[in-house]
Amino acid sequence: MTTKATVRIGDRVFSTTTVVAGAVILATLAAVAIFLVIQSIPALVAGEGELPNDSANFWQYVGPLVFGTIWAAFLALLFATPLSIGIALFISHYAPRRVAQTLGYVIDLLAAVPSVVFGLWGIVVLAPLVQPLYQWLGDNLGWIPLFAGPISGTGRTILTAAMVLAVMVIPIMTAICREVFLQAPRLHEEAALALGATRWEMIRMSVLPFARSGIVSAVMLGLGRALGETFAVAMVLSPAFVVKLALLQAQNPNTIAANIALQFPEATGVSVNALVASGLVLFVVTLLVNVLARWIISRRAAFSGADA
Amino acid sequence: MKLTRIAPLGALVAASALVLAGCASNEASADGNAPSGSASATTLSGTINGIGSSAQGTAQQSWIAGIQTANPDLNINYDPQGSGAGRKSFISGAADFAGSDAALNDEELAGSFAMCADGTKAIDLPVYISPIAIAYNVEGVDDLKLDAATIAGIFSGKITTWNDAKIAALNEGANLPDATITVVHRSDDSGTTQNFTEYLAANAADTWGQEPSQTFPFQVGDAAKGTSGVAEATKSAKNSITYIDESGAAGLSIAQLKVGDAFVKISADGAAAVVADSPLVTGRAAGDLAIDINRTDTQANAWPLVLVSYLIACQQYKDAATGSLVSSYIQYVASDAAQQAAAAQAGSAPLSAELSAKVIAAAQTIK
Amino acid sequence: MTTTVPGTTETAALGEVSGIHPPHVPLTGGSLPRGTVWMVLVCGWLFAGAFFALLWAADITTTFSLVGTVFFGTVLFDIVLYVISRIVEGARRAKDRLVTSLVSTAFVIALLPLVSLIWTVVLGGLARLDVAFFTQSMRNIVGEGGGALHAIIGTLLITLAAAIISVPIGLLTSIYLVEYGRGPFARAITFLVDVMTGIPSIVAGLFVFALFALIAGPAVRNGFMGAVALSVLMIPVVVRSSEEILRLVPNELREASYALGVPKWLTILKIVLPTSLAGIVTGVMLAIARVIGETAPLLLVTGFTFSMNYNLFDDRMMTLPVFVYTQYTQAAGVSAQASIDRAWTAALTLIVIMLVLNLAGRLIAKIFAPKRGL
Repeated sequence: MTTKATVRIGDRVFSTTTVVAGAVILATLAAVAIFLVIQSIPALVAGEGELPNDSANFWQYVGPLVFGTIWAAFLALLFATPLSIGIALFISHYAPRRVAQTLGYVIDLLAAVPSVVFGLWGIVVLAPLVQPLYQWLGDNLGWIPLFAGPISGTGRTILTAAMVLAVMVIPIMTAICREVFLQAPRLHEEAALALGATRWEMIRMSVLPFARSGIVSAVMLGLGRALGETFAVAMVLSPAFVVKLALLQAQNPNTIAANIALQFPEATGVSVNALVASGLVLFVVTLLVNVLARWIISRRAAFSGADA
Repeated sequence: MKLTRIAPLGALVAASALVLAGCASNEASADGNAPSGSASATTLSGTINGIGSSAQGTAQQSWIAGIQTANPDLNINYDPQGSGAGRKSFISGAADFAGSDAALNDEELAGSFAMCADGTKAIDLPVYISPIAIAYNVEGVDDLKLDAATIAGIFSGKITTWNDAKIAALNEGANLPDATITVVHRSDDSGTTQNFTEYLAANAADTWGQEPSQTFPFQVGDAAKGTSGVAEATKSAKNSITYIDESGAAGLSIAQLKVGDAFVKISADGAAAVVADSPLVTGRAAGDLAIDINRTDTQANAWPLVLVSYLIACQQYKDAATGSLVSSYIQYVASDAAQQAAAAQAGSAPLSAELSAKVIAAAQTIK
Repeated sequence: MTTTVPGTTETAALGEVSGIHPPHVPLTGGSLPRGTVWMVLVCGWLFAGAFFALLWAADITTTFSLVGTVFFGTVLFDIVLYVISRIVEGARRAKDRLVTSLVSTAFVIALLPLVSLIWTVVLGGLARLDVAFFTQSMRNIVGEGGGALHAIIGTLLITLAAAIISVPIGLLTSIYLVEYGRGPFARAITFLVDVMTGIPSIVAGLFVFALFALIAGPAVRNGFMGAVALSVLMIPVVVRSSEEILRLVPNELREASYALGVPKWLTILKIVLPTSLAGIVTGVMLAIARVIGETAPLLLVTGFTFSMNYNLFDDRMMTLPVFVYTQYTQAAGVSAQASIDRAWTAALTLIVIMLVLNLAGRLIAKIFAPKRGL
């Protein structure tokens, strides 16, 4: 005998509210996408001579920008991911309890610094600091294509911008990783230790597998920030319309967001559409990267407290 | 949740809110006393918004402060987003007036202006003249002399070392180092680049070889954002050179320019002299004072590397109140007092008496 | 250091009898004495220091490189410690020590730019850290003087409005995703939230500008538009971080609640949310931190003004990041340094505001969180 469960009104109202919230997000994103597409169309169909930098068509214009965006974000995450995981582990498992809280605040402080200030710091402190290092790398290891000269005299290269991006992204990633590491089940940890595991083995066995989806989430958030960062890159980078892997030169590929920030104020006519269209491309690139990451996560069943 | 827990927190929040909501002390005093004698019988009131050139930014600050002090109920907002943004906003009706380093071009003039009454167009009135400096940071070189051809060579990447023969020829006896020149230019589109490239195209066309444009056309050296970015980059890099609005060149050495046969030092008067010597652009509406700068001016002490910035307004506004406020503002801006104040703050050249009178007369026709 | 390994003679004898030879794993290993780690670290730095001093003395480098010393010293320390530990303590303990040192190094490396940044901002901001800065706006100020009160109020109002918009939407969405969502709608939302994390801030600004231009005309600028632009950027951060935290609430709690007859919505409100409150508050703080320093969208839609404005829905409002940006880039002419000083002090103010908000958030979480048991 089966009886239908009574649906309480509280449940109905609450679940509808959550669905509405989700729908709002859907609607907002749809609106953004529609706006971007409508504004981009004039640029997508533009021909020779109408686009900036003498590009024959839109793809020639946006190609170097896409390369620059992905390259800068990749370098930034290369620096930031191991550092973030290391810091989060340090705060959650290695530091003395009392100090750990304060250390957590200290790293969170980095997240509060506005991107303009990162830009200023990058120009005033970081670039002059690393320029001698670049000079040394170029003089001694210049045969490696990454370090080929001529070396920038000001140190404002894509490597410097990637370092600034990494510093901006670290607090976000660390905060999420830290929360996730702290939530690892104590019983598992203590069982591992009781069986004689070293601290690293305990972490490897009972914390990291548990935190895998959290780490990927953190990396996604960090990547989103790195891809879309506007002002810090605009102020620190010395851009040019090139596609190259060299890290230390004065002509560097620009990122899409920084390019919009630099050219939008003075742009008129089709140039504005070209900039918005490049924003659309960035949107699509983020989409693809996220699809890839979601696919990677879904290959391994994520641990979830809730029955998802 | 217990009330006793929330109450202290709530009290704290309320107290801090009260404290923070306190009026700004400088605005309270400004509203309190209207300066006697300087205000007309009826002071202006209302709000107008302008968007435009960042080169004018410092000057606009002093002009707005001046007119708001005399008219405490007047509110003028000037957003230094850039000349292109200014013109775009003005055309679409997002701003009441625009500041622009370039006058409206024919294409823009042919279109319609959302703020203007039907059938009327917009006019450009020059209000800001600033010399552009060739600034450099080379140890041991204090008095660099350059001419247009050498500058074109350096900034196009043809001349790469400081002790190149062409530079040495102009600077006998100077201790030029054997070092690579680090060229610094603007990464963003700007009126400064536009005027710089116009100067080079007029005076060294074969070496420069490019049309004037807001974007720096060569892929040479480092690019930095904004006047302050370029200044910062030049200060921190050794053996560097750049072109920069004179107001931002503090802390850098400025090169002398060959004008005609003599080497001239940068000066606001020299810039003003060039503008005075330049004709108005022909074929524009009455009241439109766009200037065709004479880049090849060779009079004594002239400084042809100059930037002229305009205020763009409608001949007749749809909203009469806005029109009269804009008219009063531009008349104030072009007045001698305001021009001198801007010159003191920003290092610009005040409009000559003749040009100032023309601008005021044209502004009076704005309704 | 000699070690005696009990049982080796017995196992060796067993091996001879049975023909099976188990691997030689000592049951007790040696241990490095207590101060070894620090000693090796200091020695590493000293060696590297000596090396770079030699380079300096031999005129190969122009200055004594402190950064090089510390870096190569630490690398040397890692290698030497691993080798020593491996010999004495065995591979597992050696790996553990290596990871410990790597993790600590990561922390120190992250601290360096932070310290440098804070130092730069504090040093630059000290010049204008006076009462006038916090009690005046920039109305009618030319050159020296003036303050950022209009920007501070603007930032607080706009961020508050953005939080009021984004936190309910974001939290409810993550609740939907964790508690209710199965099927294509939930998958679509998860995917789209990911996409939203990548919206560049300037595109969010352009979008809000176009939206409001459609509704109210292109001339409109107000604080509310800025709040909407910021919430577009905030919502995905809130959703992502709360979703992770909500997933970590153990199912046992939920099931115990259902078993007692508590309806689902009450379970969520009274059990799941309070349990994960600390994490959610961290997520909200993260989101606020993400947007409080955003310049690009605010520059476009909230505009620029010198005067105070308390009304979110009417006329332009100044905000701290826009203030920092415009003061720095507009620093020209005679009083350039005054503008730069104001810019740095405003940056310092922004960081301090964030610090206060962070502490307030943690306080709230501590007050309202349920007592944790085991």
